[in-house]
Amino acid sequence: MITGGPLRWAPRLTLALLVVPVAAGLLGTLIPAFSNDAKGFRALLDWPGLSPAVWLSLTTGVAATALSLAATLLLVASLWGTRVFALIQHLLAPLLSVPHAAAALGLAFLIAPSGWIARLLSPWATGWTQPPDLLILNDPYGVSLTLGLVTKEVPFLFLMTLAALPQADVARRINVAQSLGAGRIAAFVISVLPSLYSQLRLPVYAVLAYSMTAVEMAMILGPTRPATLSAQVVIWMADPMLTGRATAAAGAVLQLAVVIAALLAWVLAERIAALVLIRLAEGGLRAHALDAVARGLAVLTGTATAAALILGLAGLAVWSVAGLWQFPDALPASLSLKTWMRAAPDLASTGGLTLLIAAAATALSLALVLACLEAEHRYALSPQTGALWVLYLPLLVPQVAFLPGLQIAALRSGVEGHWLAVAAAHLVFVLPYVFLSLAPAWRAWDPRVSVAGLSLGATPARVFWRLRLPMLLRPVLTAAAVGLAVSVGQYLPTLLIGGGRVETLTTEAVALSSGGNRRLIGTYALLQMVLPALGFALALLVPAMLFRNRRGMAVSA
Amino acid sequence: MTGVLELQDLQITQGQTRVVALDLTIAPGEVLTIMGPSGSGKSTALAAIMGTLAPAFRTTGRVILAGRDITTLPPHLRRVGLLFQDDVLFPHLSVGANLAFALPPSVKGRIARRALVDAALDQADLSGFAARDPATLSGGQRARVALMRTLLAQPCALLLDEPFSRLDAGLRAQIRSFVLSRIRKEGLPAVLVTHDPEDAQAAGGRVVTPLGIPVKL
Ligand SMILES: Nc1ncnc2c1ncn2[C@@H]1O[C@H](COP(=O)(O)OP(=O)(O)OP(=O)(O)O)[C@@H](O)[C@H]1O
Ligand SMILES: [Mg+2]
Repeated sequence: MITGGPLRWAPRLTLALLVVPVAAGLLGTLIPAFSNDAKGFRALLDWPGLSPAVWLSLTTGVAATALSLAATLLLVASLWGTRVFALIQHLLAPLLSVPHAAAALGLAFLIAPSGWIARLLSPWATGWTQPPDLLILNDPYGVSLTLGLVTKEVPFLFLMTLAALPQADVARRINVAQSLGAGRIAAFVISVLPSLYSQLRLPVYAVLAYSMTAVEMAMILGPTRPATLSAQVVIWMADPMLTGRATAAAGAVLQLAVVIAALLAWVLAERIAALVLIRLAEGGLRAHALDAVARGLAVLTGTATAAALILGLAGLAVWSVAGLWQFPDALPASLSLKTWMRAAPDLASTGGLTLLIAAAATALSLALVLACLEAEHRYALSPQTGALWVLYLPLLVPQVAFLPGLQIAALRSGVEGHWLAVAAAHLVFVLPYVFLSLAPAWRAWDPRVSVAGLSLGATPARVFWRLRLPMLLRPVLTAAAVGLAVSVGQYLPTLLIGGGRVETLTTEAVALSSGGNRRLIGTYALLQMVLPALGFALALLVPAMLFRNRRGMAVSA
Repeated sequence: MTGVLELQDLQITQGQTRVVALDLTIAPGEVLTIMGPSGSGKSTALAAIMGTLAPAFRTTGRVILAGRDITTLPPHLRRVGLLFQDDVLFPHLSVGANLAFALPPSVKGRIARRALVDAALDQADLSGFAARDPATLSGGQRARVALMRTLLAQPCALLLDEPFSRLDAGLRAQIRSFVLSRIRKEGLPAVLVTHDPEDAQAAGGRVVTPLGIPVKL
């Protein structure tokens, strides 16, 4: 075709932009781990906290993944097609856009011994007039960490399920199975779950890999002595002695091995579950009694997840404007804007830099994703499964396993500490989400519009700019908002590639979390959440404004 | 610019099966009708003339339009107009902007372009509709806008893929005679795909299957 130029290369370029940093980073982590007679590994093995740290990474990660998946499937199975389901769909995007650090801080404010829950129950139910001496936060079993992960991963898995549902033909299959006498849950499990899960597999692996290795959530909510393996790797990396770096590299390699082992075990569990499912189906599973229980449980988990996030964030907001606030009081005695005023200059500069990095990473991601999708359309390329795996690569390989190596590369080339380098590192994580968010809507566009445009003499480029892009403005802006949210929430890439000198709202919020200034933490965490929320609001408002006189562009169309 | 549309031994195969075999010349103002059962290859024949055939098909032969060999040209350079079963008006543009989209870049200046759009609306009995949202038009009005949009692009040939099948009986005859009279007036060679013998009769030209076999009405 006439425009066979650079566009044709967009998919390959994009895949390379994802593979090269991950591969180079892994290499850059492996080499120091094994150099000097594997000194790093010997130091690692000498560390007494090693086995509990590995065990914590495994238990919290697997538990969080299993719980999130179970909660998501329960919600979908028992509420699909109801009004509550529609309500959850509306709440989803804002919940999803809450950065991990803000969610963790909110949850911390909620469940801490002096947090909102304890305040609401005291003193009348508990008799406490002082914050109790209980280790609820940072508990040694990682229960708070697991809960924190679940509140963030349920919205993510739910969104991925929503994207997969149209292909699973839910309504018809459930109806058929129910007409054969199965209860609703049994009908879902037997007739929908297998094809639904096959599409959820990659997102679930990403959740498992993430949950086992989350750093900022582990720093805020996780155990401390020892911390989870990934959190400990980051602590070693900050060690000014060079021995710390070698130990960190060895720990990162071990973390990667543990994640691979856990993924393999998960795949094995999938196989067993599939066999069990076939048995159940052959046995004529009906399980009517299950339906009511499941429904109750679904409403409960859905509400608990949403409430934990929303109340946590509300807690942050109240703390940020709190004057005097003594222990058992449910609300502060007075409100004041003093914290905001005092922090305003710092908030403005940190927020500005955060936005700048997010805008750069998102704009570039969006351009690449659009180029890929347009190349796919113009050259009638059919997306391969391999490409999907590459897209998930940065989400499957633990950040602690490849970012240290990437940091060394950044250091050597002298770009470490520059905001553009941080934005480039963010791109690796932003791009997959932008693609996953935009691709379904882009591909579902009516191809006859394109043929109509071409038949009127419009070039493919004109069809793209004047027809496809404006018609798909809403999903494009939503994908941009997703990208913005992902970038704003990045902790480890910002910390490592920024060399500690590029301060964003997220790195500041996590850094503040170890100190006790709840009011200041509240301001940073709140702003960290407001930026992505604004993005989503704009993605809704702008198309609604532009196309207010175009009925054919209404949301349902 | 008008001229004949020549299909020179145009053959399209999908795997081992031949779906299209046409070897004929369509004169300016003539409407060739293609009829045949669903899935027999009617839309495929049009896609080959349009240049939008899926990679699954193999094509041999040539398509000559007004003396130009367009067989390997990309769709937007072929100057072949197309009307679908649905009007496929662009939902984000006003009626006037839909029409202006089709104007060739050679028409320069806001006022000149606006004048052509208004003239086209007048000819379709839609004076003053330029600012309207296409979603607020009736089926017949939308069909007329779609035709005028196609004509404003100054095509050298017109392809029609069951363009009347979604309209109800009364409207159908009315739009059909509007479209056919425009084709004769502009002197365009046209190919009409339809399931309705009445369409074929009104078109008044030859009637063949996608494999070129004459059809008796
Ligand atoms: N994109 C495609 N890829 C592969 N095969 C196709 C494609 N489009 C159509 N076909 C097949 O080519 C054959 C001809 O299809 P075509 O659309 O031309 O039929 P038609 O005569 O227009 O039918 P209808 O009256 O239903 O519109 C059918 O067997 C169809 O399944
Ligand atoms: Mg057809």
